[in-house]
Amino acid sequence: MAGISEKVNLPDVQELRHSTRMQLINKLRSVTGLKDLVLDSELMKPLDRVAGASLLKENGVNKIFKLEPSKSLTGIDKRIYLIRATPFLVKMVADQINAEHTEGIRRNYTILLVPRRLHVCELILEREGVYGYVNIDEFSLDFIVLDKDVLSLESPSFFRSFFMEGDQTGCHQVARSLVSVQELFHAIPNVYCLGRCAQMVHNLTTLMMSNSGCELSSPNYEIGHLFLVDRDCDFVTPLCSQVTYEGLLDDTFGIASGFVEFGQDVTGKDQSSKLLLTSHDIIFEEIRNRHFSNVSCYLSSKAKDLQIGYDKRHGLSSVNEMKDFVANDLKALKQQHRSLSLHVGACEKISKGKSEGDFSDILRTEHCLLEGIDMKACHNHIEEMIIRQQSMAQCLRLLCLLSVTQGGLTTDIYKSFKRLFVQSFGFEQMLTLYNLKRVGLLVEAEKTQAARQLGKVAAVVNIPLPCPFRSLCKRLNLIPKSPEDINLKNPNDMSYVFSGAYSPMLCKIIEQVLTSYDGASLEDLRKLMTVPMSLDIKAKSAREKANHNSKVAMVYFLGGCTFSEITALRFLAKQRGYKILIATTGIINSRTFLNGVSEPVA
Amino acid sequence: MALTADWNPLGDVFFRKFDLCSMQWSDQVDLQKSIVAAAPFGGPIALIRDEARGQKISGVASKPLIQIFTSAGKELAVIRWNSGTILKLGWSNKLDLLCVQEDGSVLIYNIFGVYKRTITLGQEARDVRVIQCHIFNTSSGTTGAAVLTSSYRIFMVTNIDEPRIRRLAEVPGAEIPPSCWSVVSLQQSTHVLLAKEAKLYLLDHELHCEEQEVPINSPVDSYIEMAVSFNNKYLALFCSSGILWIGSSSLKEIYCEFDTKCQKRPQQLAWCSTVAVVGCWEDILLMIGPKKDWIKYTYDSAVHLVPEIDGMRIIGNSSHEFLQRVPACVEEIYKIGSMSEGAMLFEASKEFQRGSQKADEYIRMIRDKLSHAMNQCISAAGHEFDPVNQKALLRAASFGKCFLEDQKSDFFVRMCQELRVLNAVRNKNVGILLTYQQLQHLQVPVLIDRLLLQKLYWLAIHICQYLKMPDIEGASRVLAHWACDKVQQSGIEEEQLARAIAEKLGDTPGVSYSEIANKAIECGKVDLAIRLLGCELKAAEQVPLLLKMGRNQLALTKAIESGDTDLVYTVLLNLQERMPRGEFLMSIRTVPVACSLYLQFCREHNRPMLLELYYQEDNFQEEGNTRIADSYEDERFETRVSKLVATQDAFNKAKNECATKLTEEQIRLMRFQRKMEEETNKPFLDLSLHETMYKLIVENNQKGVEQLRKDFKVPDRRFWWMKILALSETGDWNELDRFSKSKKSPIGYEPFVEVCVKNRNFEEAQKYMGRVTPENLVRCYVKLGKLEQAAESALQSKNAEDLNFVLSKCPPSNRALFEKIQTMRNQLGAK
Repeated sequence: MAGISEKVNLPDVQELRHSTRMQLINKLRSVTGLKDLVLDSELMKPLDRVAGASLLKENGVNKIFKLEPSKSLTGIDKRIYLIRATPFLVKMVADQINAEHTEGIRRNYTILLVPRRLHVCELILEREGVYGYVNIDEFSLDFIVLDKDVLSLESPSFFRSFFMEGDQTGCHQVARSLVSVQELFHAIPNVYCLGRCAQMVHNLTTLMMSNSGCELSSPNYEIGHLFLVDRDCDFVTPLCSQVTYEGLLDDTFGIASGFVEFGQDVTGKDQSSKLLLTSHDIIFEEIRNRHFSNVSCYLSSKAKDLQIGYDKRHGLSSVNEMKDFVANDLKALKQQHRSLSLHVGACEKISKGKSEGDFSDILRTEHCLLEGIDMKACHNHIEEMIIRQQSMAQCLRLLCLLSVTQGGLTTDIYKSFKRLFVQSFGFEQMLTLYNLKRVGLLVEAEKTQAARQLGKVAAVVNIPLPCPFRSLCKRLNLIPKSPEDINLKNPNDMSYVFSGAYSPMLCKIIEQVLTSYDGASLEDLRKLMTVPMSLDIKAKSAREKANHNSKVAMVYFLGGCTFSEITALRFLAKQRGYKILIATTGIINSRTFLNGVSEPVA
Repeated sequence: MALTADWNPLGDVFFRKFDLCSMQWSDQVDLQKSIVAAAPFGGPIALIRDEARGQKISGVASKPLIQIFTSAGKELAVIRWNSGTILKLGWSNKLDLLCVQEDGSVLIYNIFGVYKRTITLGQEARDVRVIQCHIFNTSSGTTGAAVLTSSYRIFMVTNIDEPRIRRLAEVPGAEIPPSCWSVVSLQQSTHVLLAKEAKLYLLDHELHCEEQEVPINSPVDSYIEMAVSFNNKYLALFCSSGILWIGSSSLKEIYCEFDTKCQKRPQQLAWCSTVAVVGCWEDILLMIGPKKDWIKYTYDSAVHLVPEIDGMRIIGNSSHEFLQRVPACVEEIYKIGSMSEGAMLFEASKEFQRGSQKADEYIRMIRDKLSHAMNQCISAAGHEFDPVNQKALLRAASFGKCFLEDQKSDFFVRMCQELRVLNAVRNKNVGILLTYQQLQHLQVPVLIDRLLLQKLYWLAIHICQYLKMPDIEGASRVLAHWACDKVQQSGIEEEQLARAIAEKLGDTPGVSYSEIANKAIECGKVDLAIRLLGCELKAAEQVPLLLKMGRNQLALTKAIESGDTDLVYTVLLNLQERMPRGEFLMSIRTVPVACSLYLQFCREHNRPMLLELYYQEDNFQEEGNTRIADSYEDERFETRVSKLVATQDAFNKAKNECATKLTEEQIRLMRFQRKMEEETNKPFLDLSLHETMYKLIVENNQKGVEQLRKDFKVPDRRFWWMKILALSETGDWNELDRFSKSKKSPIGYEPFVEVCVKNRNFEEAQKYMGRVTPENLVRCYVKLGKLEQAAESALQSKNAEDLNFVLSKCPPSNRALFEKIQTMRNQLGAK
């Protein structure tokens, strides 16, 4: 296997970044001369990953502003708005332009809509009466290359739009991103779709490729398999507390487009510090996929290494050596030093958070829910958390986990929780609870009479209700029989990403598909899944022919994925000799995921 | 040498005049009696019988005919004229025929004499009649027309596609007619030069009129004719005294004054490229160079001069000639006694074919300049009209190539290709008499356009394929034009048409079926359009046309199939505007994707509509939710409550008991909060039940707390937690103590310990330790920080798990304790 893995390489995704950059340059240059750039705040970080300020300056950008409501901007006579194509933002821009117009300020306005120009947006501009004096264009900002193996659309609203509001607008962008990947790296022969959205995207991609005259198959494919998976096939994973280092960083500090911002409590200095987390940070690369318990020991040994590196300066005898040291080693050392001190600070903060309060209680409840044991205690714990008005996000998370692991709550339990929740956190939560019900995160199980009986018995005898999650757990072996055997230091099982309590379901399914060559086991799996599943396999024979790129797979999460899943897939790739490129509509954690479907009220 | 026989020296340069072709019209046309208009770049020729010059056939009120011919004299169309009196014919740069009438209207026809549209040059022109007219091309590539009215005013449009009439300034001395005038278009600005007797005026587009100083030495009575060169840079003025002045159109430079010794006004005065001026008197052509050199040609019948970018075409009744300065490369090769490299190579090639060893001698002479020689021969080939000459020159070039090792053949290949194309279009059946230089100026795509205009699809497509043009610019475009043309033909069954088009076009990339369908709609062939649209792959093209045809449902279906929600929106919003509301709602309700999109749109832009939709669909649950969200938007208390009452009603209809109950409770809670606000003057609204009670406890409002507890049936367990949390936070330890003793705690006493610890009151916490149940004791000790006691109590209860828990909390710094607990664990393990 080692022999094969040497040959296998991930396609160079930086090419995607390059083409986005070129497009941006063209768009900027299409407005001649100096111009101001007004950015939608949510695009700032993604754009940062595409082009730095210097590139913008080189292409005639005078000043960069952030788009804010009812704030008047000064600046020069040419202005480009770069905003996502949402009615809300377009209205904001229209208001701003109108305000300037009434003041008698005349400017040359260009609006670049991301990811494409939408009729609705033009309609708003028309309705607001600014259509006549703006140029409207689009900027197809699709994949942001977060790392050499991670691509993201950075479109966090995708899940809500598609799975809750039934708005398929986002599918177009997903499909287009797939077209651009296949234009660069050739058509992907084997496509596996899991879920409704996946199928829709696959159909749309095929349609778009044939419309634009792309090849639909090629023997030179650089990616052998494409998995399109819907987030709503697995709600359990994004609801679990993450325990890998990268996951914990996201849970604790929040990672946005690869950037994490550490406050003063981490940096130990007067100012906060922004750190870019990619594989270029060699310390981070080493620890990102580790279980947290295994991080600090590495950091301390690394600290010693660095010390030795610094100590080298004492052994320098000649001026030349000294020069060499300063020129090469010192810079690298300094860089590592900075990164190390930040990571150590972050670790301390995380450890503190873990030892504090009832983190361990929550984790225990979580593990119980996953295993389906001690249900009574779990109920009580969640109830107590709500009564004690502990963080609403945590309460909601555990409630959802309770529901999805059990295949829904019985009517009585659902109602009592709903009542308790609304009375504790306010009536407006009715809307959030309804949303959760709509997407299937927190549902009231509709039961037949017989099942209700069974439910009652189950509640009494403290066993979980039979539900798809349970059977999938069994079928896919998601929950290790003896968690003690899972080595967290030198991982031997995918479940290490959740301390040996659980393996992310979608990753397990992918493992199954990649490693099982007979259709029968997939057929079996299809029966278990409640969602549509389809395969589109073009290169069956090619597998035998051993195009080594059949060992390269791309996994596309529709509706977001967590860092734990990314880590699990990296583990899978390493264990099975694959290369896996991970794509997603956005990176989520339990907090951002639930925030996405909750309903903010004025 | 025969080839130089038609060369004439004009000063130190040579001019040549050769036959392009013989005219096929010879027996139909008499130029003498016609108004002629020929489009440049070998374009078509239009003729109309000139009433003034021709003899009227007495007794017949003849309707004049306009005839349109190709440059080779092949008839393309005949227009039977039944409109006003035609003053002038001309061609636009898009090869539309412009017929200017006396009333100032310009009727526009296509090359096949099909009427397109009419533009007019204003009311005044109509009222006072037009007496003269010029049609011109501007430097920005548009075609314009200028007319002189009988009141001696000039009106002008610079772009007939977007006619905007401009009146130019008036010239002093309104009673004298202008003796001649012309339009000069230089760099964005188009102005008129107008002569009145001996005075020359410049009328610019901003209503200025400026008298010009002409640097002329001879005395001038009157300028009676003028000509502007093809590139608008040079000007020739003809005086009544017979003097011809040649200079720049800016009047700053003067080249010469030439006495023609002929005081008669020339019938035509035109530039031959930019190198000479040609005047035409009856059957005499006089060419005058900038250095007073001249050549005279005589003809036996009338001719018409057509200035070209690289020369001049001379159209006669039976011949069609080209007059040009001999291109440098041609001159180099053919000039008698020329020793240039090209000439040598050409000689060498000829000798070689003759089998003479002289070939080698010639080659040796130019050995190191062969490459240059080759290029000369290739270029010269381009300028030759006769394929025999072309071949001879190209053969010479290819002969030269044999002696060169790394010569790039691009130029040679390109020239061969272009010559082949040129020869093809010069064919008498096509009749586009284009020179190589003209093609360079026009570019191949424009040539293709011209072929398309003449409906020479077969030739066009072969040229595209031969030149390997990308399908989208080439073959597909031709096919699309063909199809559009096909669509317009009447008399063929639509079904058959659709099939024919689909067969020919197939899936050719770049063919836009929607464009063709659009044409079909314009012709009123809706069925055909729909059939054609069925072949269109791009929904984005398809949908707007379907909407245009009123096929709303089909448009909606296609939009949804495309998976592009933006298109669906386009359809929805379009329909919403055009259809009565009821009908609109009916038409989308069966389409779930459209429905949810429209709901989403309403959610953001039209709340009342959203409520109405939900109501109509009996979706009371959603209606309720919408009303909840709305209730938070409002400021006024009563409105909010009334909205919630409506919510309650909706939930009730939705048979959602739980939600109904909760809403009802919320209304009660709000009323209570309102009352509290009035009593205490503190904000309560928008707090949850829990927060309200908590706040009341903190404020020690026993009555309020009790009322809520009773009204909302708050269970003991919740109430106790709430109370001890509130009391501990305010630090009311006495009250907490009292409360703990009020009755047996339903939540045990561990929470008491916990809240005390949390507020760092360990002493107070100690008080409750006695009442903690044994199984929780260990944890409470740990919370208190008393690890040793915790360990002991775990040992007592023989609970290994608890002991491990204590151990995990034990800091490694406390070695003694750590070891002690480990021994304890061993004890337990041993047992």
